[in-house]
Amino acid sequence: MNENGTVATAREVPLELDLEGVPPDALGEWLETMLVIREFEESLEALTASGKIPGSVHQASGQEAVAVGVTRALAPGDIVSSPHRPHHHALAKGMTADVVMAELWGRAAGCAGGRGGTMHLNDFSLGYFGSNGIVGASLGIAMGAALAAKLRRSGQVCVGFFGEGGANTGRTWEAVNLATTQNLPLIAFCENNQYAVETYIGRAFAGPSIAERASGFGLPAVQIDGQDVCAVYRATVSACARARAGGGPTFIEAITYRYHGHNTGEVAEYRTEAEVERWRVSCDPIDGLRRALERAGRLDADAYGGLVAHAREVVAAAIAFAESSPLPDPATAALGVMSLPYDAKGPT
Amino acid sequence: MSELVTVGQAFQQGLREEMTRDETVFVLGTDLFIRGGHFAQVKGIGPEFGPERVIDAPISEAAMVAAGVGAAMNGMRPLIDLNFIDFAFGAMDEIANQAAKARYLWGKPVPLVIRASSGIALYAAQHNNSLEAWFMHTPGLVVVMPSNARDTKGILKSALRGDDPVVFFMHKRLTGARGEVGGPDELVPIGKAAVVREGRSATLVSGGIVVGKVMRAAEALARDGIEVEVIDLRTIFPLDTETIEASVRKTGRLIVVTEEPPYASVASEIAASLQESVFEYLDAPVARLTAAHAPIPHAPNLMEALIPQVEDVVRTVRRSLERWPSSE
Repeated sequence: MNENGTVATAREVPLELDLEGVPPDALGEWLETMLVIREFEESLEALTASGKIPGSVHQASGQEAVAVGVTRALAPGDIVSSPHRPHHHALAKGMTADVVMAELWGRAAGCAGGRGGTMHLNDFSLGYFGSNGIVGASLGIAMGAALAAKLRRSGQVCVGFFGEGGANTGRTWEAVNLATTQNLPLIAFCENNQYAVETYIGRAFAGPSIAERASGFGLPAVQIDGQDVCAVYRATVSACARARAGGGPTFIEAITYRYHGHNTGEVAEYRTEAEVERWRVSCDPIDGLRRALERAGRLDADAYGGLVAHAREVVAAAIAFAESSPLPDPATAALGVMSLPYDAKGPT
Repeated sequence: MSELVTVGQAFQQGLREEMTRDETVFVLGTDLFIRGGHFAQVKGIGPEFGPERVIDAPISEAAMVAAGVGAAMNGMRPLIDLNFIDFAFGAMDEIANQAAKARYLWGKPVPLVIRASSGIALYAAQHNNSLEAWFMHTPGLVVVMPSNARDTKGILKSALRGDDPVVFFMHKRLTGARGEVGGPDELVPIGKAAVVREGRSATLVSGGIVVGKVMRAAEALARDGIEVEVIDLRTIFPLDTETIEASVRKTGRLIVVTEEPPYASVASEIAASLQESVFEYLDAPVARLTAAHAPIPHAPNLMEALIPQVEDVVRTVRRSLERWPSSE
């Protein structure tokens, strides 16, 4: 903890991953997915600046280990919901770069037909219960899904992601309290990237840690290194086991960092380039996994180069897919609001 | 003739039958299992169905409605009981921004009923908000407001079998009102108003408890040979403009009576919509008879002074007929 009360600063020595408890044969796919996410996120600054993507988006470069570590610990029917910085969760949960990219472009082939954009991604068939534009709302959706999982005895575990900004909303703790009192199979996952838009956590959070605050609600709460995909995986495996055994919810706070601004196009006056660089150099989740695989003799430079090239191809193809997808039909703009018929009025 | 039951009992009956019929239906709210809610609306259902079907939640409205939204997306049909509609302010994002938007954004139905007691009664300003227009104004929400036992039971069944989020208004002062109810498979459709009295002199539109006041006004007017048509909205949204239009084409006169503040109200919406659709049939301006634009006070005489009474309805009809006599 530094003098400003932040929970974590960049490491002095580079991240060293412990491969204990992770499936060794899966790690190549984890690295591949993290690289696709990074490439996807890195493509968005130019696409929003040029106007090809309407508006700005929230990138998660630097936070890939959280998304991959969590989702790889889940079973296929398990459920994930996201806040406003969701691309890494959506891609890690199995959505294709094509449908996510097309959605950002506002195209008919997007996962919400162009109605949603970055903050309303979804694929319910994959258990991806949406990204959410309102801080604090995503955990509530996952909590409700967890209630259904308990009542239906479906065996599903539900993960509600939110940020440290979300951890300052009352509804987050309302959801945690209800989940705890009802013993729901929920993982309340706080992705603490240390900045809520421009507000540094040390300026908006007085307690020792968010996990410590959570423990007051009477559920197991841990703080982990969100740059270490193996640590994220192990913590999620443990929480899933507890949930499936009827042991109720778990709170996980993962310390992470975003390399880009709150949104594309942001001019950052609230942190220094040197701070961002320290995190990139010593805490990068992709570098950490790459080094661990190299040490274990499971990856060489050629293979890594191949994964990077693959990620570039996936994202280039997604951009081409979005660009070639038609715009949604304006005649459909007021359709599908409710199942019951009504007069939508509007321009005639 | 079936046994007369109260509106509260009608709600219980409908809920019990639907919970028996469909095991995905459950209730979540505060003080439900033992107390049966603040209006005994689910009294006895807790012990009958057990604590997984009637769930007592912490007093956290946002979490309660969020639980309903998420559970509805994951295969259940929740009824979230807020006790008082005023408590919806604590869950407004969950209602207006989550439940209401999911189908449009994601094609994901949210079969969720949010029940609350509403309308003007005791306990002053913070327990007597009229939120019908707030929810009517929000795309994606169904808003219902039954006026009697039969409709309460039948509309509840339609709501619990439907695929839309429904805000279910039950007037506090109607809780003990008695009436007949339908059987286990008698549904009252959502989106259909009812003509509860026929007449040719004017069309009076209202909903919930106000229907009773309007019916008493109609009886008083009939004694002077003025026969008014009375429409019970039953559903606020989707608004059944067809039934109102058909009536106004016959009567040439529309008076909307509600207990809400006047500006941007349900009454305003009906007045605006109808003057657009049936202007050429109108003999007089559409009249709105609403509460005053003021919070509701504690003293009963102050409270009653703010909301339309039977004599206000009678006076409004007479004034319309005198000032703008029918053209025929």
